Amino acid sequence: MKLENETILEIVPTFRVQWEEVQDCYVVLYPEGMVKLSQSAGEIMKRIDGKKTIIDIINDISATFEGADVTEDVMKFLEVVYGNGWIRNK
Amino acid sequence: MATVGLETNNQSRPLWLLAELTYRCPLQCPYCSNPVEMAKYKNELSTDDWIRVMQQARKMGATQLGFSGGEPLVRKDLEVLIKEARSLGYYTNLITSGVGMDEKRILAFKEAGLDHIQISFQASNEELNNYIGGTKSFQHKYEMARLVKEYEYPMVLNIVLHRKNVDQIKDILDMTVDLNADYVELASTQYYGWSRVNIDQLLPTKEQLIHAESVAREYQEKMKDKMKIIYVIPDYFENRPKKCMNGWGNIFLTIAPDGSALPCHAAGQLPGLEFPNVRDHGIDWIWNDSPDFNKFRGTSWMQEPCKSCDEKHKDLGGCRCQAYMLTGDATNADPVCDKSPFHETLHNDVKRIDKLSGNKEFESKPLVFRNMKNSKDIMTDKKTPEIV
Ligand code: SF4
Ligand code: SF4
Repeated sequence: MKLENETILEIVPTFRVQWEEVQDCYVVLYPEGMVKLSQSAGEIMKRIDGKKTIIDIINDISATFEGADVTEDVMKFLEVVYGNGWIRNK
Repeated sequence: MATVGLETNNQSRPLWLLAELTYRCPLQCPYCSNPVEMAKYKNELSTDDWIRVMQQARKMGATQLGFSGGEPLVRKDLEVLIKEARSLGYYTNLITSGVGMDEKRILAFKEAGLDHIQISFQASNEELNNYIGGTKSFQHKYEMARLVKEYEYPMVLNIVLHRKNVDQIKDILDMTVDLNADYVELASTQYYGWSRVNIDQLLPTKEQLIHAESVAREYQEKMKDKMKIIYVIPDYFENRPKKCMNGWGNIFLTIAPDGSALPCHAAGQLPGLEFPNVRDHGIDWIWNDSPDFNKFRGTSWMQEPCKSCDEKHKDLGGCRCQAYMLTGDATNADPVCDKSPFHETLHNDVKRIDKLSGNKEFESKPLVFRNMKNSKDIMTDKKTPEIV
């Protein structure tokens, strides 16, 4: 798949993203396993909801971080987690 | 799995809660990792006890929860427990033989919020599956596995490998492909609990392992985008031990059916432990302050050769239960390690079995099946698993 600006992404239903209070971070949960997300990874994953396009996500994060250009970082991250099978096209 | 943005921190927390709801089980697998003394665990925790345990562990950061046993489906309150667990925010795993399941229950679990069902198979064909499990169960399991997929659970199939079924690895993998599994765990028998009693009949030969590994690799390659195959060789054949449970009291918390808290589900056999019970203590105290959970934490308990070994942080000296079983002292190095003075004894035992296997008389020695009767016999006869 090519990740385009207008692609709408969703979390693959066999994975779950959730905020963990005790560990102070977002995590991805799957059968018998867990990956803790760094702050920036969490910012991206929590916005993937089956409604937003990639460009929405980028703009949204950029707005949260005072207009910083995050395009490249977000795209790189999405490619990796797409390869992990965590996300897919809606 | 690639781990972008992975952060690790080293504070120990009970991230993984294994709830052994019961030791009752309709199957009788001769490699079962439950304690051979399981007949003495009579007084099962109540629904409220389990709910309290789940709440307390969750507060401390537990995220993965495994409902296991025995056969967890035997518990009538399983649906209630799943629902509570899910609302607490756990990722809920049901680890089952599939016996005792039907479509109605699969649906009820879904509604309760169950995240994942792992079904175990004993073999890929009816005859051997039913023989090893000591029950007629193959067709039913197969049907249940199909339904698990239909109800959109991630499907993990677990097959414990040993000398009697490892040559069928290709058929086993074909079956998992057929069932559309997402993950397949080909777990080599670990030799504690019942499998230690049956080691002469279960330990695979070197030749079998070489064959199994090549088939497993072939399927890993072939199925790489569809199915994740995890294949682990039995550590008796290695020269360095595994970092057992990722370290004692580091991330795993097991609660046995009677409420005793253990750092590992096999630790019940270790002498000198007090087995703090969740009926008397909170999880916080058990995890942080109880003598048991601190006993083999970190590296300060070690003696030579581990104590001065430069690899000690890598494997933490291996498995405490294995060290105890094979050397009589739980603070010794795991004899899987070739720096252990007991390594050669272990190795010779492996070689002895390798030589004898295939021999008609040796192979016809009966398996000791895992059931309450055999458990009582072993306890009263003190026929405890022989130690080297
Ligand atoms: S290994 Fe077999 S006997 Fe033991 S609990 Fe699992 S299904 Fe039951
Ligand atoms: S001597 Fe102990 S610490 Fe060193 S590699 Fe062997 S088991 Fe591990």
